[in-house]
Amino acid sequence: MSRYLSIYFTNLLGDYLAIKKPELKDQVYVFTMSQKNRIMVTAASRKAEKQGIFASMVLADAKAIVPDILAFDDKIDFNKRLLIRIAKWAIRYSPIVAIDLPDGIILDSSGCSHLLGGEEKYLETIITKLKESGYNCRGAISDTIGTSWAIARLGKKSPIIASGQQYNALLNLPPMALRLEQPIIERLHKLGFDKIGKFIQLPASMLRRRFGNEILLRLGQALGTEEETITPIIVKAPYEERLYCLEPIRTKPAIEIAIEKLLHELCDRLEKEGLGIRSAELKGYRLDGRVTETKIGTNQPTYKVPHLAKLFELKIDKIEPALGIELFILTATKTEPVLIHQEKLWSGKPGLADQNLAQLLDRLAGKIGPQAIRRYIPQAHYWPERSLRPAISLDEKTDVKWQTSNPRPMEMLHRPAAIQVTAPIPDYPPMNFRYRDELHMVAKADGPERIEQEWWMAKGEHRDYYILEDDKGRRYWVFRSGHYNEEGSAWFLHGFFA
Amino acid sequence: MTTEKQEILAQLRKQLLEVQGCKPAPIANGDGFGLGPVEACFPTKVFPTGTIHEFLAANPEDTAASEGFIAGLLAKLMENGSSCLWISRNRKLFPPSLETFGTDPQQIIFIDLYSTKEILWVMEEALKCEGLACVIAELSDIDFAQSRRLQLATEKSHVTGFLLRKEPKFSLSATACSARWQIKPAPTEIINGIPGVGNPRWEVNLLKVKNGEGGRFLIEWAENRFAPLVAEPQIIKKEERGLIA
Repeated sequence: MSRYLSIYFTNLLGDYLAIKKPELKDQVYVFTMSQKNRIMVTAASRKAEKQGIFASMVLADAKAIVPDILAFDDKIDFNKRLLIRIAKWAIRYSPIVAIDLPDGIILDSSGCSHLLGGEEKYLETIITKLKESGYNCRGAISDTIGTSWAIARLGKKSPIIASGQQYNALLNLPPMALRLEQPIIERLHKLGFDKIGKFIQLPASMLRRRFGNEILLRLGQALGTEEETITPIIVKAPYEERLYCLEPIRTKPAIEIAIEKLLHELCDRLEKEGLGIRSAELKGYRLDGRVTETKIGTNQPTYKVPHLAKLFELKIDKIEPALGIELFILTATKTEPVLIHQEKLWSGKPGLADQNLAQLLDRLAGKIGPQAIRRYIPQAHYWPERSLRPAISLDEKTDVKWQTSNPRPMEMLHRPAAIQVTAPIPDYPPMNFRYRDELHMVAKADGPERIEQEWWMAKGEHRDYYILEDDKGRRYWVFRSGHYNEEGSAWFLHGFFA
Repeated sequence: MTTEKQEILAQLRKQLLEVQGCKPAPIANGDGFGLGPVEACFPTKVFPTGTIHEFLAANPEDTAASEGFIAGLLAKLMENGSSCLWISRNRKLFPPSLETFGTDPQQIIFIDLYSTKEILWVMEEALKCEGLACVIAELSDIDFAQSRRLQLATEKSHVTGFLLRKEPKFSLSATACSARWQIKPAPTEIINGIPGVGNPRWEVNLLKVKNGEGGRFLIEWAENRFAPLVAEPQIIKKEERGLIA
């Protein structure tokens, strides 16, 4: 059986302003919004309510009661945004939280309350926390959203309705507890139905004829005979585990234990379904309302707890627990199938398919970032800079072969360095060249190897490459950019041979 | 000392060498890395794997020569299809050129970092990973404690580590590496009288060997293998065992 907790904020906007601006605490103030050329009060402070100023009053009327009333502009959907913020905070108490406009939130508390020692404690903790932060609110727990809503707003006795007791709980409440439209409520009152108990027994056909379908729907929803669903603000991911900490934790060993516990639970599930984690996210809900996020990624899908724990371990230093973390949520944001037999086959096999290597690279990527790790595969270009490209994955293969017809230098400069050259006649290798203030006398030379610029990709001159060996046996790769020019060609040193 | 005791001592020394990466010479395919007289300098007459070697490079030309020599060693180390990690700062190594020395560049994972601290961390982590053939790190200087850490990591996993020390400032300081090399390019020989540049040729200076004696060699890379050109090493004098400019 589901259990729902409805929280009702008696004065959402008023309390919000009192929290934001403590100096206004004892002032009479209202929120206003212009509607149909009139300025209407949309919310009033507690002090203003005591003076008889309520929402849906015209501001002029309110001013008649309190002449020096403070008026603040209410923005459209401001209460919605505020409720979403509160609902996100409440995620720590239940994975399914929805907002209930205009002034409440609903938590699906099924299976959550025992974590705090029973429903009474659960409700008390949440309401106390909200009250401590300045919001006046009431809450109620029952089997249905309808009943919880009614008891939170109008209930006078216990806020916790035992399972199956909705009927008795509703009997003494006024019809507005059923979330009906105003005209229907008025009609009910006119007919003397000032309590739900007075008409709940009437035949359905009679109620429908006089009050429409809505009253039956709402009654059904409150009693639990009609389905009612809520739209959670954050949809629960399919692979998610949460760990509620009895005491807020802030030490490294405690966080490690939490991560390990969560990973065990998550990986057990994944293993049964033959899935592995490619990326995962750990959220820590802090005491001060903030959320810390830690992400990891892997090269191969895995459900190995020690490996994943190690990846998180590298990032623990970046988790700021501040006053303490109350709740951890671990989500597998990306999963992929793991072939069980594949693993047996591949562990211990040397090369890029080795599991140890994949795990090592995961760990390195966690610390130094994946952009620092590269593997190169050949590309079908002669232009040296374009003859290779970084591989996308560890096992990416290509049919292109490395260009081995001509030697390539061991060390290649990122940008060719300009050199001064003495060359006897066109297309002959240089006799000597000057690089970094040192004159190199050329003893042996090979070339030229002409490499054309790929005009469909880039503009520029072709290059005539020479392999030069100087009198000390040092070997260089130099090129002349473009054709021989009598007024002096541009020569560059591009690399060093082994 | 009795002969019995001496035997025990010899046995223990042998075990110690094995732990430090010097395995006894394989009987079947006897030529090892094909380095001939160079390998004879090591205590068990085998190029030690599963240990740390350091290569000094005074200038970019030396660096290129060292990288060529290392690529030749990698070809042997990665023969079984395993991969290796190449960690560097401001890397200029042009991967396609490794193919010249029989190493498949696709099997190498390059890690480009900015600080020595990170390089050492990555190297240590990688040396603990048993699936790798080799880990190469480019840096300029390393102190004894740091190199000791790396050496301890390799002794467990038997992964070979190469430190390529580019333009080192403290080239004479002690490290825990099992060998210190400096590879310099040497003038090539014209093949069959055809003008041009010949096969890559290096002056291999084995400056320091743990439990062994170094020397100077001339080695060429020809027909996809090392070809030692002189049988007897030229002895390097004690005062010359620093960085050769």
